[in-house]
Amino acid sequence: MIEFLNKLFGRQNSGATAKERLRLVLMSDHLSLAPEMIEAMKRDLVDVISRYVEVDREKIDVHFEQENNGLAMLANIPITGVNRDGGNGSGGNKAEETPDTRDEHRAEEVEAPQPAAGQRRRKRRKGGQHHGGASQTGSPAPAT
Amino acid sequence: MSARKIVFTSGKGGVGKTTTTVNVGAALAKRGQRVILVDADIGLRNLDLVLGLEKRIVFDLVEVVEGRCQLRQALIKDKRFESLSILPAAQTRDKDAVTEEQMAHVMDELAGMCDYVLIDCPAGIEGGFRNAIAGASEAVVVTTPEVSAIRDADRVIGKLGERKLPMRLIVNRIRPDMVRSGDMLSVEDVCEILSAELLGIVPDDEEIIDTTNKGEPVVLGETNRLRGIYDKIARRLEGELVEFTNLDNTGFLGRLFGALKAG
Amino acid sequence: MHELKPEFASTPAPAKLGRAIVITSGKGGVGKTTTTANLGTALAKRGASVVLVDADVGLRNLDIVMGLESRVKHHVLDVLEEKATLDEALVRDKHSQKLNLLAAAQTREKDDVDTEKMRLLIESLRERFDYVLIDCPAGIEMGFKNAVVGAQEAIVVCTPEVSAVRDVDRVVGLLGNAFSPQLIINRVRPQLVKKGKMLSVDDVNSILRLPLLGVIADEPDVIVSTNKGEPLALRTDTATAAAYHAIAARIAGEDVPAPTVEYKESFVSKLGAFFGGRR
Repeated sequence: MIEFLNKLFGRQNSGATAKERLRLVLMSDHLSLAPEMIEAMKRDLVDVISRYVEVDREKIDVHFEQENNGLAMLANIPITGVNRDGGNGSGGNKAEETPDTRDEHRAEEVEAPQPAAGQRRRKRRKGGQHHGGASQTGSPAPAT
Repeated sequence: MSARKIVFTSGKGGVGKTTTTVNVGAALAKRGQRVILVDADIGLRNLDLVLGLEKRIVFDLVEVVEGRCQLRQALIKDKRFESLSILPAAQTRDKDAVTEEQMAHVMDELAGMCDYVLIDCPAGIEGGFRNAIAGASEAVVVTTPEVSAIRDADRVIGKLGERKLPMRLIVNRIRPDMVRSGDMLSVEDVCEILSAELLGIVPDDEEIIDTTNKGEPVVLGETNRLRGIYDKIARRLEGELVEFTNLDNTGFLGRLFGALKAG
Repeated sequence: MHELKPEFASTPAPAKLGRAIVITSGKGGVGKTTTTANLGTALAKRGASVVLVDADVGLRNLDIVMGLESRVKHHVLDVLEEKATLDEALVRDKHSQKLNLLAAAQTREKDDVDTEKMRLLIESLRERFDYVLIDCPAGIEMGFKNAVVGAQEAIVVCTPEVSAVRDVDRVVGLLGNAFSPQLIINRVRPQLVKKGKMLSVDDVNSILRLPLLGVIADEPDVIVSTNKGEPLALRTDTATAAAYHAIAARIAGEDVPAPTVEYKESFVSKLGAFFGGRR
């Protein structure tokens, strides 16, 4: 009741403030604690975009920034052309791949972390976040 | 059958790990379990002090590991209970005086002698923490409903997850009046933020300070309401389904307050 | 020893070096971080330039206690490893221009910190700020060692509980002769002391025998202040705030008068804040 009245009159009690702040802080902590997950997310993101446009994979920047009212993912993906080969799952126009970029793609595939056998995503986590280090990726390896 | 080896940890210091370990251990012992408490805080030992056994220490964990005494020689039996003993830490050594393997080995040896091995973990997530969890098969995370404590508990839960240690949560030092006025996170908030299963709720109580000053576990007192609370935690650890605060939104605070009042 | 100083350490030598003070305790949860945050706030309010350094790698909390968690872009390890400049890492406080925060890394380990580089960092911070307050983690492992290196002064925080007193005693021993630590006794509950259920200030200090910098009573306002991320020293209306301001004044060398109440078993406070004299 007190909390309701406070909200009505625009006063938020510190408990609610604490909960909000904690949520954001923990999200940020979790994201920085799972770099492999972020790398996988970046690769998926770029792959999806590459279906429609050609991108310069070398110059891609994807990162997270704290803002006052939350966390934002910012992606800067330079577009080098339109992909005429629409619907093809892999990034870029294959005919125009230089030996260099081919090697780069291969290197990226080799580096993709495979989830360890028998790993499960923590069931209780809301929003699909997960904890800990490399051994806890629960999702299948992204197709690159 | 080998004992359960449970580590009590938190990340943040000062949330009540040692007090909790002692009182849960004492409650289990009172219920007829054979309990051994282990102080894993090498260099900053306090388990002995909280139990009032500090004057009876002869040997410690490090000396056991170094083979300078038998394990049984280092155990101190608390005469106020049928079956409660402690293995004290060393005070003048460093945390790197033992390795994780050595800790695990000693804990296994202890597990052959009792029903419950409760390991009091040091604060932090450094070597002392790693040693303490090396010897455990399950964990109890202790937190208070405060921002820093919860953040640290979250980190620790992640580390426990890496080792695949099952864990449950105790929310310590809850103040129902402050929860009601919205100035403190509720137990439900804490469990939600940490995505953890609740083992117990312990209200803030001045009496605790007095008991640790005297070295007397709460369960030895006659009238202390905390006695019932630690007993409930002990029963839940034993596997009993003991009713505690319903975690619904409706009337939650009222029920929490009522439940806590009833002890 | 490196021949070339790291980038962050190459600043011109100023006229006068600032004071680097580590705030430590051994036992966790006695109020080190709260004290660091509030002392920093109080010192900045007096016009001094202050930087707060969170040395608790992996379990950082100074940022969240200061309410600056959403503004941290880089941390100490980024600076030590030269992945960011000091200016990029320093976070300006919301309320005071003169107060800055250097956050700890959350996802690294305390062992990752190079002790010598940490010492150089603190030294270069002394060249820029009047006060460098270092929030030490609990314990006496690597985190403690790295927090202490570079500091010339130490404040130990203790609560009136047997475990805390014992741990402070151990820490004072480890600090050794290089430091003359001063004591803050935190979370005193005068009513309990009166009933004989809590150690008195006198009890604590007769065991520790340290110069007493201040005594702070336990207040629920502290919980509210960390919920909000607003240190109590920002206010002027609570006893705790008054205590921190007085401690800041003492640190700055002011002669803050001792109160009329004496430190005995029957110690009862209306204000809840007391200041001790140097021995």
